[in-house]
Amino acid sequence: MAILIKNIRVIDPASKTDKIKDIYIEGGKIVSKMSKEPETVIDGKNKIAVPGLIDVHSHLRDPGQEEKETIKTGTRSACKGGITTVFCMPNTKPVIDNAPSVEYILLKAQKEGKVNVLPIGCITKGSLGTELAEIGILKKAGIVAVSDDGSPVASSQIMRRALEYTKMFNLPVISHCEDKDLSRTGVMNEGKNSMKLGLRGIPAQSEEVMVSRDIMLAELTGGHLHIAHVSTEGSVELVRQAKKKGLRVTAETCPHYFTLTDDSLKTFSTNYKMNPPLRTEKDVQAIKKGLKDGTIDCICTDHAPHTLEEKSREFDIAPFGIIGFETLLSLVLNELVDKKVLTLSEAIAKMTVNPAKIFSLNGRGSLKPGSFADVAIIDTKYSYEYKKEDILSKSKNSPFIGRKFKGGSVMTIVGGKIVWTVKDGII
Amino acid sequence: MSFNRKDLLGLEYLAKEEIQTIIETAKPFKNLFTRSIKKAPALVGKTVVNLFYEPSTRTRTSFEFAAKRLSADVVSIATATSSVVKGESLIDTGKTLEAMKADIIIIRHTLAGTPEILAKNLNASIINAGDGFHEHPTQGLLDLFTILDKKKKVEGLKILLVGDILHSRVAKSNIWALTKMGAKVRVSGPSTLIPKHISDLGVEVFYDLDKAIKDVDVVNILRIQMERQQENLFPSVHEYVELYQVTEERLATAKPDVLVMHPGPMNRGIEISSYVADSPNAVINEQVTNGIAVRMAVLYLLVAARNKQQGKKNGNIN
Repeated sequence: MAILIKNIRVIDPASKTDKIKDIYIEGGKIVSKMSKEPETVIDGKNKIAVPGLIDVHSHLRDPGQEEKETIKTGTRSACKGGITTVFCMPNTKPVIDNAPSVEYILLKAQKEGKVNVLPIGCITKGSLGTELAEIGILKKAGIVAVSDDGSPVASSQIMRRALEYTKMFNLPVISHCEDKDLSRTGVMNEGKNSMKLGLRGIPAQSEEVMVSRDIMLAELTGGHLHIAHVSTEGSVELVRQAKKKGLRVTAETCPHYFTLTDDSLKTFSTNYKMNPPLRTEKDVQAIKKGLKDGTIDCICTDHAPHTLEEKSREFDIAPFGIIGFETLLSLVLNELVDKKVLTLSEAIAKMTVNPAKIFSLNGRGSLKPGSFADVAIIDTKYSYEYKKEDILSKSKNSPFIGRKFKGGSVMTIVGGKIVWTVKDGII
Repeated sequence: MSFNRKDLLGLEYLAKEEIQTIIETAKPFKNLFTRSIKKAPALVGKTVVNLFYEPSTRTRTSFEFAAKRLSADVVSIATATSSVVKGESLIDTGKTLEAMKADIIIIRHTLAGTPEILAKNLNASIINAGDGFHEHPTQGLLDLFTILDKKKKVEGLKILLVGDILHSRVAKSNIWALTKMGAKVRVSGPSTLIPKHISDLGVEVFYDLDKAIKDVDVVNILRIQMERQQENLFPSVHEYVELYQVTEERLATAKPDVLVMHPGPMNRGIEISSYVADSPNAVINEQVTNGIAVRMAVLYLLVAARNKQQGKKNGNIN
């Protein structure tokens, strides 16, 4: 199928482009000129085309927890948010620590996925933190990184080996930094609000202790460390220093960490319960600064679907996590671009070219001719309310339900095919 | 004076005037049930459920007496906390009770925020009888009532809370009530058991009990849970006793008419010496008596607010 998008403002940070032009799509790729008449012509007036967003941190829950999400429902939700590539974390049931599991995800994504799905493999067998997984075989099967997300590697020795061993495959180690001995049974940020609410706290230091350790191990080994969901001022500063030293350290954060604080927990609503927890205004400001000065490379969702039953439980018992695919772009636009934290081009870079570079995704994250035709079309004037009944994810655990947004995706193209439009929904 | 709430979830959320209303309402109830005929018909036909997910004798009994003396029908349900994790959800349990036409549900739970869950999901009025480390509003109110009863005022009084402030819902509710009423509140205990941000609530922190207790008008001694020692929050009971037991000698440095309070149950010989517990300054048993009066007041005011609301819905003049 050939598509022509006419007169659209193209923002492609990879090629430092920001101008009104036409985009040609043929054979699933972006091309410099068309060899035949396009079947579809899209009027791009007043719209913006950006490379399809790459979400480097999500949980598709498939296999094993299909009551929360499946590859089918998760990718439908993603494409609605302008996301064309998702990385899925390996803490499924069973965990993704073997090649057949990677193949299962890739096959299922091919069969019923709406966007590109790139699996992340485990660092250790069973994510138990004691023995390295067969990372070389996992790499051959198609993983883009390794992580024991949610069950962080407690042993410094294993983490050292992981960073050392992955080096030869050029695979980043994504670290969910949490000293579980310090965070223990905590359920929210430790501070004034946890004291008032009588909920057990998770100190910022339980994250920062591990960020420090892992940066030191990256220095020791020369391995590529990618810090997951940075949530504290201290972590931002540690990453900043590591980058100054020239270490192979990269980092990501999520919209909730630059949008919300632990003040939101006053009503004990479990839709504000996530790990790492919402922190304080000071942390929010530090994260924005870290995004601005390039300390934080990527913005991702940590899309973590949970059923209504689970999230209706008592705050202590309800699981951590919120969904995020369908609010990523609008939150970035409203909280970062409109508030002049980042330019539109800087913001888009953190969801396109930066993740593509960090995880060596050839042909993605750019609209240069020759790239895969993954495109998100944005309308910054598109106003809408984020409603529960409109959510495509199987789970509805979002603190942003009811929020009014101005600006969002209106069309998503994956591999040269229109997969979703705001007018017609999933195609 | 008015009280227009559906629920009593915590003292943080109440205005000074609302707290005063409860205290004023409690006074005649105390006179009532210290007579030989202890009953009033205010809650005839109303159904009150005690839903206790945590073992409790005194609070549950106190609420039961309070409801019975107002002529309500009362049922008490004690549920093991383990079934919370496995079994029926709290909301379903609440809805079941509501289907049985419960007007008021009194909940005690090991987890913070559980009364809020019921309040959000049910039409019945919810009273928090202690939720995790969050709040225990009726205990805060009965402590305030007791101080007012003895001292006639609270404003300007030096009131000391001793012990595990971190895990104490009693301390939290006391602090909210007392600071709103203008008391000078101090807390004392090991630094591991005093949250870093407690001073944001307008209280003064003393790690040294000898300094803290000097010249205070009231000392309220909190129960120390033995399992805190296993969490390494203090090295040994022996050391805790050495540093934080309220003893005869320590009490002697407080004001001569100091009130000694304890929410119970007491660990005699640990946080409080027997001498202090039995001293003429102790009002520990009166706290228990006052608890019933305060709980009667809370039940009465919530039912009155419900009746008013019901009247509005039915279009009646009320």
